[in-house]
Amino acid sequence: MTTRIDRRFAKCAAEGRAALVTFVMCGDPDLDTSLAIIKALPGAGADVLEIGMPFTDPMADGPSIQAAGLRALKGGGSMRNTLRVVSDFRKGDADTPIVLMGYYNPIYVYGVDRFLVDAKAAGVDGLIIVDLPPEEDAELCVPALKAGVNFIRLATPTTDDKRLPAVLRNTSGFVYYVSINGITGAAIPDYSKVASAVSRIKKHTSLPVAVGFGVKNALSASEIAAHADGVVVGTALIDALKNSLDENNCATSGTVEAVASLVREIASGVKSARRAA
Amino acid sequence: MDDNLNSFRTGPDETGHFGIFGGRFVAETLMPLILELEQAYEAAKADPSFKAELAHLATHYVGRPSPLYYAERMTEHSRALARAQGLSGGAKIYFKRDELNHTGAHKINNVLGQIQLALRMGKKRIIAETGAGQHGVATATACAKYGLECIVYMGAVDVERQKPNVFRMKMLGATVVPVQSGARTLKDAMNEALRDWVTNVDTTFYCIGTAAGPHPYPAMVRDFQCIIGDEVRTQMQAAEGRLPDSLIACIGGGSNAIGLFHPFLDDKNVEIYGVEAAGHGLDVPDGHCASLAGGKPGVLHGNRTYLLQNEDGQILEGHSISAGLDYPGIGPEHAWLRDTGRVTYLSATDKEALEAFQLCCKLEGIIPALEPSHALAKVVELAQQKPQDHLMVMNLCGRGDKDIFNVAEHLGGM
Repeated sequence: MTTRIDRRFAKCAAEGRAALVTFVMCGDPDLDTSLAIIKALPGAGADVLEIGMPFTDPMADGPSIQAAGLRALKGGGSMRNTLRVVSDFRKGDADTPIVLMGYYNPIYVYGVDRFLVDAKAAGVDGLIIVDLPPEEDAELCVPALKAGVNFIRLATPTTDDKRLPAVLRNTSGFVYYVSINGITGAAIPDYSKVASAVSRIKKHTSLPVAVGFGVKNALSASEIAAHADGVVVGTALIDALKNSLDENNCATSGTVEAVASLVREIASGVKSARRAA
Repeated sequence: MDDNLNSFRTGPDETGHFGIFGGRFVAETLMPLILELEQAYEAAKADPSFKAELAHLATHYVGRPSPLYYAERMTEHSRALARAQGLSGGAKIYFKRDELNHTGAHKINNVLGQIQLALRMGKKRIIAETGAGQHGVATATACAKYGLECIVYMGAVDVERQKPNVFRMKMLGATVVPVQSGARTLKDAMNEALRDWVTNVDTTFYCIGTAAGPHPYPAMVRDFQCIIGDEVRTQMQAAEGRLPDSLIACIGGGSNAIGLFHPFLDDKNVEIYGVEAAGHGLDVPDGHCASLAGGKPGVLHGNRTYLLQNEDGQILEGHSISAGLDYPGIGPEHAWLRDTGRVTYLSATDKEALEAFQLCCKLEGIIPALEPSHALAKVVELAQQKPQDHLMVMNLCGRGDKDIFNVAEHLGGM
């Protein structure tokens, strides 16, 4: 069975390029603006949408995404509203894959079974849950796979060859390689190391490998796109959004375009990169 | 109580669970480190030289064993209260004097264990979170002793209300980082410490201050704190020729409490009470830190436990006059001990703790920390209801030097 995620990565590969994976926080700075941004992303060049589920205590995120989560919660963000936004988006777009990303507690409290039913119904294709390593697969990963929702795992520089098989065992959709040890938005990776890490992971899996952390603009995107099946950009988009807000952290007429224009720029970088054979 | 269990002392299981609680809910970056730590701890436990080194430090550096002290006037006070109600009760109250330890609290018991482990693992950079500052001071102390770099994350609000401890940490050579995110208290300090750890995985050892976090921390911290309960067993035998009838301790994360309780969990005749911080009152929204009384199970900071949270799973900001109890969660073993019924959990308000604080100063000549003042408030209540031959032990887990300015402010400058 192929999923939206499988089909999208296959399509990008057929075009000889990496997929652009974009992250925005659902409800940042309010639900209507957030939906408008998410709707604008595919047209601006995003191939896969990662949508953040806001959480008060995002312990692997840097200041930008922490602040985005708090703005979202203030703006009405919640698990129920995240699913509603996805469902609204799905009415106008049947093809772009949607991956929800966040932390486990809001899902646990919502109820795993109920969440999977509602997420599937809303049109969610995959999940990235930062604080669920393979050691906790029984919690959500295995139920998600049974429900037909991809569970995308993070691999990091600390995930060595001995550990990789365990990390990849129940992974589907794609592998998200976090290119540095650290929190989101922290540092620029060493691109030469990214290339060798991607080929190391590919020895263990036939899944596409997307690389995140440190993508800021067209140039850094093209550096990574040359070596990976996907390029993930998050903090840079959140920062562009933040810079478009007024002094009360409310959306302005330029907010949607601020994010969309940066996505267009980064997409051009991704598309310009020739994939190394 | 769950009588089907043969023992309450065998947890956690090999995956780090106490019933449904505990576990290893961390980012992949940290997972290999946590597995490495677990291995290192297992190896150290099996090495007699590790135990010997800790025993030596306990005696010569910490000043253990801490006394088991018969609080005679406190006992008289509760008997007088009982008589006033026409009752004949009034338990014999003992204090386990862990406030006399080097650095002024039980925290040093755990820190020395973890720092020994860090040395074995070749880690030269130590990070810690702290609420009241007692764990930060203990960590800074051990790092000074062993020449290790020490970075302490402390909520900006706590930096303000626990100034003496901030100064002590700096004197000891530690870097204190005021955390400005979230509610700027202990929970946010722990988030920031985890972010540091994710970033500096190769060099850094995270010295967690309470019996919480991802496995193996809850079990490891408990083991290092069990010296409290082990000593009480021996000392009470010497003083009274038998075991105590009840134990009582305050609970934030719950490390002093689990250290006292754990050695007695299978002595079914020993009643055990934990006391959470009820702040302004359990009925005041966001006004307390009693995660067992007012929370529900959830996942935060690497473990599943009872958490103060809303219906969307967002973590709430609690309140307590005591910075050391101001945390929206609790160690996973306590969550399990509550659900099995082995331990009874109570709570004390800010006001009750302040009254007990003053009572202890005036009746016993001991200035307690605000944290054990919560336990003391319940000791006064419970002791009245028990017969006079009932032996009650409270863990006086910290001294109040750090709190005197805060208390003075609450009492209107005295």
